[in-house]
Amino acid sequence: MKALAARRHHRMAPVVLLLLALLTTGGIYAALAPSTAKAETVSTADIETGKKLFQANCATCHGPNAEGTDGVPSLVGVGAASVDFQVSTGRMPMQTNGPQALAKPPQFNEEQTAALAGYVASLGAGPAIPTDEQVDASLGDPSNGMALFRTNCAMCHNAVGAGGALSEGKFAPALWETSERNIYQAMQTGPQSMPVFNDANITPDEKRDIVSFLVEQREGSAGGNALGALGPVSEGLWAFVIGLGLLIGAAVWIGAKSS
Amino acid sequence: MAEQQRPTGLGKAADYLDQRTSIGLAVKEFARKVFPDHWSFMLGEIALFSFVVLIASGFFLTMFFEPSMALVRYEGEHPASMHGQLMSAAFHSTVDMSFEVRGGLLMRQIHHWAALIFVASIVVHMFRVFFTGAFRKPREINWLVGAVMLVLALAAGFTGYSLPDDVLSGNGLRIIDGVVKSIPVIGSFTSFLVFGGEFPGEHIVPRLFTLHIFVIPGLLIALIALHLFLMVLQKHTQYPGGGRTDKNVVGYPAMPVYVAKMTGNFFIVAGVLALMGATMSINNVWNYGPYDPSPVSAGTQPDWYILFVDGALRLMPGPGWEWVIGGYTLSMNLLIPALIVPGILFTLLFGWPFLEAKVTGDHREHHVLDRPRNRPVRTAMGVALLVAFVVCALAATNDLIATHFSLDIFAITWVLRVLLFVGPVFAFWLTKRVCLGLQRKDRELVLHGHESGRIVRFANGEYVEVHTPLDEEERWLRVNYDSPAPLEITPLTDARGVRRKGYRSDRRWQKVSRFFYEDRVSPVTPAELEAAHSHGQHDTIEAKEPTGAGSVAGQRRRR
Repeated sequence: MKALAARRHHRMAPVVLLLLALLTTGGIYAALAPSTAKAETVSTADIETGKKLFQANCATCHGPNAEGTDGVPSLVGVGAASVDFQVSTGRMPMQTNGPQALAKPPQFNEEQTAALAGYVASLGAGPAIPTDEQVDASLGDPSNGMALFRTNCAMCHNAVGAGGALSEGKFAPALWETSERNIYQAMQTGPQSMPVFNDANITPDEKRDIVSFLVEQREGSAGGNALGALGPVSEGLWAFVIGLGLLIGAAVWIGAKSS
Repeated sequence: MAEQQRPTGLGKAADYLDQRTSIGLAVKEFARKVFPDHWSFMLGEIALFSFVVLIASGFFLTMFFEPSMALVRYEGEHPASMHGQLMSAAFHSTVDMSFEVRGGLLMRQIHHWAALIFVASIVVHMFRVFFTGAFRKPREINWLVGAVMLVLALAAGFTGYSLPDDVLSGNGLRIIDGVVKSIPVIGSFTSFLVFGGEFPGEHIVPRLFTLHIFVIPGLLIALIALHLFLMVLQKHTQYPGGGRTDKNVVGYPAMPVYVAKMTGNFFIVAGVLALMGATMSINNVWNYGPYDPSPVSAGTQPDWYILFVDGALRLMPGPGWEWVIGGYTLSMNLLIPALIVPGILFTLLFGWPFLEAKVTGDHREHHVLDRPRNRPVRTAMGVALLVAFVVCALAATNDLIATHFSLDIFAITWVLRVLLFVGPVFAFWLTKRVCLGLQRKDRELVLHGHESGRIVRFANGEYVEVHTPLDEEERWLRVNYDSPAPLEITPLTDARGVRRKGYRSDRRWQKVSRFFYEDRVSPVTPAELEAAHSHGQHDTIEAKEPTGAGSVAGQRRRR
């Protein structure tokens, strides 16, 4: 203790304290932050709850019976998968009008989302929420997924799913953080600008291969820092910032050395 | 008297060699060769050393690369996303050397980073040469050699980028194919010649391989030798400063000073490149997959030095620029951005030393560099060119700008279209003004000295600030430069009213020359300096014995 007290006026002391404080708050947050619970299958009894939630939160735009209004799509027949995707990623309920609905922290918890999905599914048949086995990356073939992704997805989402631009401020989001279930659902339902890849187009097994390929990409690059996996532009940027920066710095240093 | 030394082993060997080749003379000459000292003279060195690293790492890569487009199946386990895929042998060997060959991925990455740094350091080096006027007589030829090497470096980069036969490089080749096909009349024939048939064919990789590992590096090595030979022959330029003239070289001998510095710099360059290759991934071809003409992924761009061409293509409006004349299509929307824009850039690059000599009417040798401010139009042109280059390069990254800054890609394109025309003009104007302003500041400083911050009050109540005169070095730097005036031409008719030939051409050149040198700030002449001095002293005397006479006497004051 004595040694500690003697050093409390050391000029590094505030830095150490700050680091400790950050560590503590970070640790507490990690311990107490709500973790995402597992999706549950919804019983028919929950459909009533779902309807109430729908009328309170969604009916303003989608209409009291989800029939859609001017410029807002009808939800009859979109299926549970679509609702689960939109609501669990926070895209719906939409916060503001913009080029496209942005992902944000979800407004509803797991049960509420399941209830909403159940209600919308009861309005008309549509794609169901995929089972855990359907989206299990370890069961997929990443090589086949790569080939499929390259042909069907990479033109918008980038070769490894780092995201890309679309017209007028719209964009294909990066897929690093997207859950396996959501990736699968997006292919099933084609949210926003994305086309639908139905089961005839890309079979459920192939969809799982794509999920498997994308999950493999999260392990990072064999060659070191992936630099955002954005290709030659970020490589060129870092070549200048780090490479040429260091080398010119060294040249200045050598030049300044007395001869 | 120095004691006679016993000959060492090395000494004996050197003597043996010297008696047979007289190499001692060359060593003596070269070891005593004087080079001026400045960090910016090491930019070219960075290019040279990254080239050495390129050759060394490239040599390693050729041991494992297979330049063939024969179809094979990848049986390796890593990466899992490639297992079992059908691909060309070239792509197969690239993936194989990355995952199966010990150190292969490191070498590939070092090679690619070295290529980016090679071109980057060449460009920075050229800007140094341009802004300091080091391309003037007698170095015009060496500037041309350098410019040819830049073109070769781009060619080396592009041929190398295309070798792995992945989707990204295939897309790049497809663009080249389109550009080649847009050339009137000979376009499609040339494309068939290049690709050995319809794109992509089966010949392009082996052909590019020969160019990449044999023709281009061979030419580069020859030109580097010529570049360095001319540099040694003509002696290195030096920055202006006390005692430095066009007739001398002020610096240190090559041995031991520059040998030590260069060796150190080589290890730094090699070290930085190895560090980058070891920690930052580059061109993970397996991310893109083996080439297939159908997919084009988002974020498909060339390496940074070709970005400007890609950007020009993206900025060019499509509709209305494809003219059908007599049944033949003329794709101006390709020709303008992909051939005319780089054409303008390289014409300017190659022609500049000659253009500048012509409009300056300058036939003298120059060995002392210009300070960029003393050539406002040249400096402004360089900055304008840089701005145009950056605008085009940014245009090639429009999709990444859109996603990373949440912007509308169409808005970015329109802003950059306007900036491509407005930006360089504004940059030219601004840089020229800044240069002229700095020159005026220099004049001011020479005539009146530094503000010392010491205020003196005279007996009559007048306050003056004492100015410290510049020392010799400082003054030399600020007054010893040429400030060329626009060309004077012989009149149309002589004394007897006879018209002369070539007057109209001279008039045109005079107009260009006026553009260059109409706005000028001439350096302070000795007479002006003298006048300023005496004026100051006159003031001091007139101030009727200031209280602090001792400290003020001999100091000049502001007018």
